[in-house]
Amino acid sequence: MPIRVSLKAIHQTKWHEYALRFVLGGAVTVLTGLIAKEFGPVVGGLFLAFPAILQSTVAQNERHESERKGPDGQDGRAQGTQAAGVDAFGTMLGSAGLAAFAALVWRFLPTHGPLVVLTAATVAWIAVSVIVWWSCRRWVHAVNESFREHPPAAAHSGRGRRARS
Amino acid sequence: MGIELAIRFVVGGAAVSLFALAGGVFKPQSFAGLFGAAPSIALATLVLTIASDGEAFAATESRSMMAGAIALGLSALAASQVMLRWKVPALWAAAMALPVWLGWAFVLWALFLR
Repeated sequence: MPIRVSLKAIHQTKWHEYALRFVLGGAVTVLTGLIAKEFGPVVGGLFLAFPAILQSTVAQNERHESERKGPDGQDGRAQGTQAAGVDAFGTMLGSAGLAAFAALVWRFLPTHGPLVVLTAATVAWIAVSVIVWWSCRRWVHAVNESFREHPPAAAHSGRGRRARS
Repeated sequence: MGIELAIRFVVGGAAVSLFALAGGVFKPQSFAGLFGAAPSIALATLVLTIASDGEAFAATESRSMMAGAIALGLSALAASQVMLRWKVPALWAAAMALPVWLGWAFVLWALFLR
């Protein structure tokens, strides 16, 4: 599936979900500042990558997907959980981009201007994230193609079907 | 102090909300998930830290942030696997991811940063 933009999610999101994200984001930013003041930048810096909105985002995606697939049934919930799991997997891939962001800021902030470094690091975050995501998709596609061209012996001979029945 | 905390709260909340909004409009779901690891808190915090404590302080925070990003990757992987394999509801899986993140962040801090 190619990358596409759908504005439906904006309309699906309720105002209290926006408010929750704002409050969570603000609270974690305040907490990070307080921890850095109390324990120093080494411990405080860890919290710059705190999964602040993972909970609200995946729970919200699960609900939206459940409503879309089947508002009344078990299948809708299962599809919603599946979508939330895929979303969290994407976050795992994106963490490589976040590490690249941190590495660039750490390496270049003392010697270059903050605006240039933060802009370049943000570009690096999205570039690395997209490259890792695209590579993962290519790899999954290649594995699927390989299975299609060379199916495992059990499935090919029909033993797989008998085992299931 | 109170005004500084209020500014941190507003800037952090706005940054997180904007990145979450941007992530919400993309499909497929795995691509939208990339925005769950957006440097929203980092950008808000670093801008304010550079202004108040200087570049060297912010650079040291960024070095630790690399360990935090690895911990984020491992906790998000754990959350995705319990949802995809064992169909654990998203709220529980994400709640479990927080102690996993704290655990890995502590291990990486003890091994490389202490």
